[in-house]
Amino acid sequence: MGTVSEARSRQLVEAVGVPVSPWGVADHPEGAVGIARELGYPVAVKLNGDAVAHKTEGNLVRLGLGSDDQVADAAAELLTCGGDDTDVLVTRMVSGHRELIAGLVRDNEFGPCVMLGLGGVLAEALGDVAFRLAPVEVVDVEDLLDDLHAQALFGSLRGEPPLDREATVNLLVALGSMATTPEVIAVDLNPLIVSDGRPIAVDALVELADGRS
Amino acid sequence: MARDLRPLFEPRGIIVTGVSDHPGKFGFVALHNILACGYQGQVFAVGREEGSVLDRPVFASVDAIPDEAADLLVLCTPVNVNEGIVRAAAAKGIRAVFCAAGGYSEAGPEGSEAEKRLVAVADELDLVLAGPNGQGVVSTPVGLCAQIVAPFPPPGRIAVVSQSGNFASSFLNYANQTGVGISRSVSAGNAAATSIVDYLEWFADDSETEVALCYLEGVGEGRDFFERAREVTRRMPVVVVKGGVTVGGKRAAASHTGSLASDDRIFDGMARQAGLVRAADIESAFEAAATFASQPLPGGNRVVVLSTAGGWGVVTADALTARRDLDLIPLPADLTTAIDGFLPPRWSRNNPVDLAGGETRDTIPDVLEVTIAHPEVDAVLQLGLGIQGNTAALTRSGPFYPDHGLERIVDFHERQEWRYAEAADLAVRKHHKPVLVASELAVTRPDNPMVKAVRESGRMCYPSADRAVVALGHLVRYSRWRSRHS
Repeated sequence: MGTVSEARSRQLVEAVGVPVSPWGVADHPEGAVGIARELGYPVAVKLNGDAVAHKTEGNLVRLGLGSDDQVADAAAELLTCGGDDTDVLVTRMVSGHRELIAGLVRDNEFGPCVMLGLGGVLAEALGDVAFRLAPVEVVDVEDLLDDLHAQALFGSLRGEPPLDREATVNLLVALGSMATTPEVIAVDLNPLIVSDGRPIAVDALVELADGRS
Repeated sequence: MARDLRPLFEPRGIIVTGVSDHPGKFGFVALHNILACGYQGQVFAVGREEGSVLDRPVFASVDAIPDEAADLLVLCTPVNVNEGIVRAAAAKGIRAVFCAAGGYSEAGPEGSEAEKRLVAVADELDLVLAGPNGQGVVSTPVGLCAQIVAPFPPPGRIAVVSQSGNFASSFLNYANQTGVGISRSVSAGNAAATSIVDYLEWFADDSETEVALCYLEGVGEGRDFFERAREVTRRMPVVVVKGGVTVGGKRAAASHTGSLASDDRIFDGMARQAGLVRAADIESAFEAAATFASQPLPGGNRVVVLSTAGGWGVVTADALTARRDLDLIPLPADLTTAIDGFLPPRWSRNNPVDLAGGETRDTIPDVLEVTIAHPEVDAVLQLGLGIQGNTAALTRSGPFYPDHGLERIVDFHERQEWRYAEAADLAVRKHHKPVLVASELAVTRPDNPMVKAVRESGRMCYPSADRAVVALGHLVRYSRWRSRHS
């Protein structure tokens, strides 16, 4: 049992329809620069590999890079931190004032559950999260959205449009569909940044049962 | 298809085991309660010593009982003899067993083995098995009080199932207090063969039952419970109060979502998804169930508060505003105009509607009628009733009564209280919208004529506006769930 790389995690969640920030992987600085140019600046560069689960805590993420040089330097530095099976993941920076967290867990009593919460990396402190047993239908997620306390954050905020409820519901339904794949033990989309009203995963971590990747 | 629990709740006859002449023993208490509460079927007592208890013959063995005379066996005998008794009773035609006896899985590994054997015997003989380690079963339509605890509740439309026998009693006590009665009640005990959701499914089919009220500690097969409960709630509201936070099992590590996945959050999400009405505590659970049993489901969440004086309305407005499920609407212009016709200009002209002491004989019923009839109003909370009756009570008990014209005014006040309560009752029946009356007099002066009249209408007088707001919130939320899931 173990978590897989961010790149593999992104592929798995994208395959069911979860929107993620545009990205690519490279195993040398020049490749990273090429991807960054293709995606458009600013970008983030992260160390990528199956053994790299706690990137932020390990200082393995470089955010807000705006030039070829910055990307090349960041990629070179990160690649020296990583072991054999690592490369770098380059992704377009997504901007928005609001962050959400979503995930899938398997509960011993009730089986697979999806979660949606406020706050992204602050979710634990805020504690404004709600669960539903997965897979979920549209109506289940509509109810779930009503359960969250910080409803004011779903409206227009600081020049940004209201949260696109349909896009959010679709994201949760897509995430919940992964419950039917027994190999998927857990999924974390943290944070989801609400950009132009639509939540987009800027990080993804999938945990698979033994022997799968 | 729900499991047929009719032999448990409507047995044609009952056998009670473990009966002795000691009035403190469970067998005696069960026999007494069955005989004392109006059950019309035949009752057979079985004990170690032949003789007579409560003027009934005691049989030394189930074998001495006539064939096909009883449906229900109530076991108050020790673990080691019960399997044999069940077999003998099945040969006599019983179809259900309530095992009040303890000493089963709650008592350790040996008890667990005995419980498995008891379940196997019941399965083999196709018997309904309730318990073991339960406090009994109540069924008011047939006057059945086969329990080792009190009380026997008034008849009504709430069906109780509890994993704690004592909380079943608590619910029945509230039924006695409020007058909102009970159809069936069962203490599920260890729920070894008949699970909570088995009872819920039967209640959903039961024509005597309008709402289920459930105390849960754990649900065992969680997914199965969820799937089946979700079907039940499409047909009948189910109020749940959950006790105990189980120790979280081993969960996926290194996952942020995992660390947020407390048992309570997952249970709460499951409950909401299944359409269960989750109450915060025993008291509010009963009040929610009593509200479902006695008020129509609201079509929406738009609430108007009617108050005879300021403070109540203000506090209630705060309570309503704090709940996202309920909407304290601005008073529609045409409703304001209509109320203008009944009141002097100093009334609040806003929601809460504060009558500001401007009422004459008919004002309160008239204002209620135009308000509840308004198409943009889904429910009314009515406050400040009972004042006149309270004044009358003081006057009546004073030294000047009945002279000085006091008899007449006391009669007037008391008649008015009946009129108000009758108007609230009529409004509910005529417009099929909830009208919740709240006053602390419900508990401080249950003899108040308004409180008595509301009780006679079959509804609750809520002990505070806050509690009425909580109960109404549950109604609105469930009503929305039903319409989303129809």
